[in-house]
Amino acid sequence: MMTYFPEEVVEHIFGFLTAHCDRNAASLVVQGVVPPAARLRRNCYAVRPERVAARFPAVRSLTVKGKPHFADFNLVPPDWGGLAAPWIEAFASSPTAAAAGGRGGRAGGGGGGAPLEELRMKRMVVSDECLETLARSFPNFRALVLISCEGFSTHGLAAVATHCRHLREIDLQENEIEDRGPQWLSCFPESCTSLMSLNFACLKGEINVAALERLVSRCPNLRSLRLNRAVSVEALSRILMKAPQLVDLGTGSFWVDHRSEAFHRLISAIERCKSLRSLSGFWDASPLCLPAIYPICSNLTGLNLSYAPAIQGSDLIKLIRHCWKLQRLWVLDCIGDKGLAIVASTCKELQELRVFPSDIYGAGSATVTEEGLVAVSFGCPKLHSLLYFCHQMTNAALITVANNCPNFTRFRLCILEPKKADPLTNQPLDEGFGAIVRSSKGLRRLSLSGLLTDQVFMYIGMYAKKLEMLSIAFAGDSDKGMLYVLNGCKNLRKLEIRDCPFGDGALLENVAKYETMRSLWMSSCDVTLGGCRALAAKMPMLNVEVINERTKAKSRGSPSDFHKVEKCVYRTIAGRGTTPRFVWIL
Amino acid sequence: MKGATCYKNDLENLRATELTLRPPGIDVEEVIRSASIATKCKKRALSEKKETDENEQATEPVAKAQIVGWPPIRAYRMNSFRSRKSLVVDDNNGGIYVKVSMDGVPYLRKIDLKIYEGYEELWRALEDMFKCSSLVPVNYDEPKYAITYEDKDGDWMLVGDVPWEMFISSCKRMRIMKGCEARGQSSSA
Repeated sequence: MMTYFPEEVVEHIFGFLTAHCDRNAASLVVQGVVPPAARLRRNCYAVRPERVAARFPAVRSLTVKGKPHFADFNLVPPDWGGLAAPWIEAFASSPTAAAAGGRGGRAGGGGGGAPLEELRMKRMVVSDECLETLARSFPNFRALVLISCEGFSTHGLAAVATHCRHLREIDLQENEIEDRGPQWLSCFPESCTSLMSLNFACLKGEINVAALERLVSRCPNLRSLRLNRAVSVEALSRILMKAPQLVDLGTGSFWVDHRSEAFHRLISAIERCKSLRSLSGFWDASPLCLPAIYPICSNLTGLNLSYAPAIQGSDLIKLIRHCWKLQRLWVLDCIGDKGLAIVASTCKELQELRVFPSDIYGAGSATVTEEGLVAVSFGCPKLHSLLYFCHQMTNAALITVANNCPNFTRFRLCILEPKKADPLTNQPLDEGFGAIVRSSKGLRRLSLSGLLTDQVFMYIGMYAKKLEMLSIAFAGDSDKGMLYVLNGCKNLRKLEIRDCPFGDGALLENVAKYETMRSLWMSSCDVTLGGCRALAAKMPMLNVEVINERTKAKSRGSPSDFHKVEKCVYRTIAGRGTTPRFVWIL
Repeated sequence: MKGATCYKNDLENLRATELTLRPPGIDVEEVIRSASIATKCKKRALSEKKETDENEQATEPVAKAQIVGWPPIRAYRMNSFRSRKSLVVDDNNGGIYVKVSMDGVPYLRKIDLKIYEGYEELWRALEDMFKCSSLVPVNYDEPKYAITYEDKDGDWMLVGDVPWEMFISSCKRMRIMKGCEARGQSSSA
């Protein structure tokens, strides 16, 4: 993969490197294929952490992604890997890192110690021990962002709070965090005044509200604060009085008796927050509490109500009518088609819409159909990012949407029933999705659903030239489908497929393509072990893994080459150190 | 032989003389059913037009729930669904039945808290049930009645203070008190 960087980026890198020999190394890097030394993004198994740390000792910002995307949906066994520890340890203990940190120490930062300042991890397994290592090893550490991670507890957070003197950002998004008590908030020293962003919305347990209030009081630069469900409205009011400068707020348990004093205090507190642009949270929110936010709704550019199922239909509509500047809206499908029509007529600046299902297991609750989406496409010309869960979709609707909105960069449609046809015509949705890819020439990410034949893949291969990520489920008729995509989508980087009739033929026809891609995932398809072996043999630099949970209990033995493989995934370059028993590296 | 028909007659006679305090002619089950239908109708309003779809959808959810990793929703969000549902304690065939008494009314009623989505629905259902128009709390008005409930600790609490799910999992019985009595007893504004 060749990437080139504009001059200012190169200069930015050189600014971090002071020693002569470092600059030599950097110039080699820049001419080559690897991203700048200062900021790095890696898949956690694409290359060994020690190598990265040795090669790029002056790294200040590191982003590492672990498990494949489908791990979000429980398709990857829990012990698969994606461990954060090797990365943190590599950067903490690399001698060159320590040396670079000593020379390149910033004013106000510690001399000596590794210079890492920002760590972003997604779908990784993080332990309390490695958070402790991080906290003690990186004296300039400023920002920790963990998304969809697991394996740690509030003790790990306590370590970070205690030892990281210049912390600006702790952003915990949708992680599984074990609750071991509320004391972590008290661990921020009195001297910590630099916090700009604190998001602990995903924490399940109680927190020390008094400690939180004190922390908020002494951090005048706090811009973004997302509370968890344990924080009451009374506490929220007190916090807002201390932080009226907030730009982004995640409320805690947004429940209060609208007849009470507490409700009036909440209104006053919110009114003072003139800078608020984005709201989320609303756990337990009842419609009667919503008027509290009406005063600032007209300033909002972002609103996330997807965790507030009690706010439905008419109450949602009343609220949305106030939010005419919205650019990003996340809601549950209880907004209904009517509600989406109101979004269409009110939110002319809308760029991103996500509609989540509110009741997967039940039936009969108000949901959204193709009508809601069509309405939004008519009303919101700037829409470019969509995630839409619905019970049905028609080709006609998709074609209309495609005509109205030619600027999609992300289009993810999930029709809840697999293989569901167009209810008006009983046809597959090939034409509808075909229209989307034909009209949105800048489309980078696409997720398909509903009844689909090989035809839709032909359209995708023909038109989706900028497509980078494609997710397919329960679709297609034959190998031709997958091949259309592999052969046609020049910029494809990630392809994930489940429950499709694609087999070894498709897997092996265009193996050179995989060198230009980052990863391929196939589960419950028709690929056999022999096919995977053949792929590994043809392309030795690919890391081909087969995950076969069923054989976990059995010892080695070698299943026949015709044994259908449950899951296989590959990534480029170096493999990984340890593998669980159910994973075979071929 | 007496047998089945006689038994059936006896059963009906028994029901007719059953000691309940409800006025004659009121069928409690009917009230509950209509309340339940009312809420479900509200929820179904938007998909009502496509009747065939509804019939299809009724059989779908079970199948959907069995496909691993489908629909593609992050585990975190799915868990927040489940934790919401599990806060509700199932009792008596899935319902949470509690007795409701009202000052000045000689008979008690029983309602299933599970069929309501929140306090507003509950208040309206109680208004309907007791033919009383002033149960829904309005800002600044002195309420004629106060709706209270006995919680798991045996304390009598004002309905509406805690999140709905917490309420239905801790409510043992309810009492609609006359406002004047309630004001005399309550200590907070």
